[in-house]
Amino acid sequence: MTDMLSITGLSKRYNDGQVALENVSLDVKEGEILALLGPNGAGKTTLISAVCGLVVPSEGHIKVGGFDTKSNYRSARSLIGLVPQEISLEPFEKVINTVRFSRGLFGKNPNDNYLEIVLRQLSLWDKKNSKIMQLSGGMKRRVLIAKALAHEPRVLFLDEPSAGVDVELRREMWKLVSELKSQGVTIILTTHYIEEAEAIADRVGVISKGKLILLEEKKALIKRMGQKKLEISLHSPIAAIPAQLQHFQLFLSDDGMSINYMYDTKGSTNEITKLLNEISNADLQISDLQTSQSSLEEIFVSLI
Amino acid sequence: MNFRSIQAIYVFEMTRFFRTLLQSFVSPVISTCLYFVVFGAAIGGRIDAVEGVNYIAFIVPGLIMLSVMTQAVSNASFGIYFPKFIGTIYEVLSAPINFLEIVVGYVGAAASKALFIGLVILATSLFFVDIEIIHPIIMILFLVFTCISFSLLGFILGVWANNFEQLQLVPLLIITPLVFLGGSFYSISMLPKFWQVVSLFNPVVYLISGFRWAFYDHSDVSIFTSLLAIILFTGFCIFIIFIIFKTGWRLRP
Repeated sequence: MTDMLSITGLSKRYNDGQVALENVSLDVKEGEILALLGPNGAGKTTLISAVCGLVVPSEGHIKVGGFDTKSNYRSARSLIGLVPQEISLEPFEKVINTVRFSRGLFGKNPNDNYLEIVLRQLSLWDKKNSKIMQLSGGMKRRVLIAKALAHEPRVLFLDEPSAGVDVELRREMWKLVSELKSQGVTIILTTHYIEEAEAIADRVGVISKGKLILLEEKKALIKRMGQKKLEISLHSPIAAIPAQLQHFQLFLSDDGMSINYMYDTKGSTNEITKLLNEISNADLQISDLQTSQSSLEEIFVSLI
Repeated sequence: MNFRSIQAIYVFEMTRFFRTLLQSFVSPVISTCLYFVVFGAAIGGRIDAVEGVNYIAFIVPGLIMLSVMTQAVSNASFGIYFPKFIGTIYEVLSAPINFLEIVVGYVGAAASKALFIGLVILATSLFFVDIEIIHPIIMILFLVFTCISFSLLGFILGVWANNFEQLQLVPLLIITPLVFLGGSFYSISMLPKFWQVVSLFNPVVYLISGFRWAFYDHSDVSIFTSLLAIILFTGFCIFIIFIIFKTGWRLRP
């Protein structure tokens, strides 16, 4: 697959000296979903704004669909749909008019059939003649998405799509994202919710203080950095970990009813067998076993 | 030229105008009537003809210019400031269009509204006084150019303004005085010599003078000077807007 988005050595310094981005390089393949994680003010929105033409980069090159965003901005920008973080909509305008405006603005011929599909997909069709100010917060966010999709973009930027959105809409959005992916649309989203990145992204990038400190396949990332936890529930409580088990990395729960064993998935494979044998030799009765893998959230917190 | 994008901006802006058509229509009509009552019937009755033209008829071009200039500036400045204020400007700035297309869309809409209001005032004044327009084509040309140039000025103002107060301040402190002192209600020749010279530094004098020439074949300054002045003013505004987009000033950090 070809690179749909290619960023090389992108830096952004504002006039007040603030460095928002520092030498960021990044390639995203067509049809890929990339989640950009990072704390507030890390530079995620600046990165998106630089690609979309809202911020002038200080250094570096950006190509969208092979078109340079500076020298060939018309071709590059016509491929991009942007859903901004803030809900910015003209309050007195009707939903259908604002969506038509977006399509026209990007130079596409009028196509109400296509707009109907988009609005239906976002459960907005019934509200097409409502004024924006009459809509709920979640509905307004849907309108922003509809506007971004109105000109049939090949790359979609979702800046904090889940901010202030209820669970239902978040799930619907994830569904929409996977539908778009199946149509070959490349999606770059920024999020605070690691759950979101975990649920829908193919790759995860972490931005901190303007630098891209990590970029990796989501599964590989979890596998590489993730520790697994084996929770061994006991029949009856114990006061302390028996001496013969001390050489394992074990933690006893406060109530003495379970032992937690942290292990690396890359570690030697017979450790668990050994542990279970020794538990049995120590005359401890096991009532249940449970394993869990650390989430992206834990990985993320450990990174920054 | 990306005509679809221009059309999208133009249509979107004009819908705002048509949404408030009643206000847009009624307020200039009422204010024009008031001017006619006060300056025409009350005061005008005691003023002799100016430069051979009945005073009520004399002030018609000035009245039209007064409204057209203030409306063009306020429409255009609001048109670009409002999206900036509520944040919807992101869409225009991320669209595959250049500065000229953005300006043609916004300024075109603002100028159309101002032109509409100018024509409404002209029609209203016909109820008060008989007017014969000697050079109708030049009249339309001046009207259209004034609409465009003051909409361009308004666009610059809207990009510059950081809050609603600033948006109001410039029309109030600069444009209204320039228009009132630009000979809307009097001929420059009625002023003492010193103030006549001072008036020549007021660009609005040339516009009103040229516009009045188109009506009555009489002007304070030569019609060619007036034409040159409005072309220079329009060019200057376009140049400033070009610089704004080139540098991204107040639009693209």
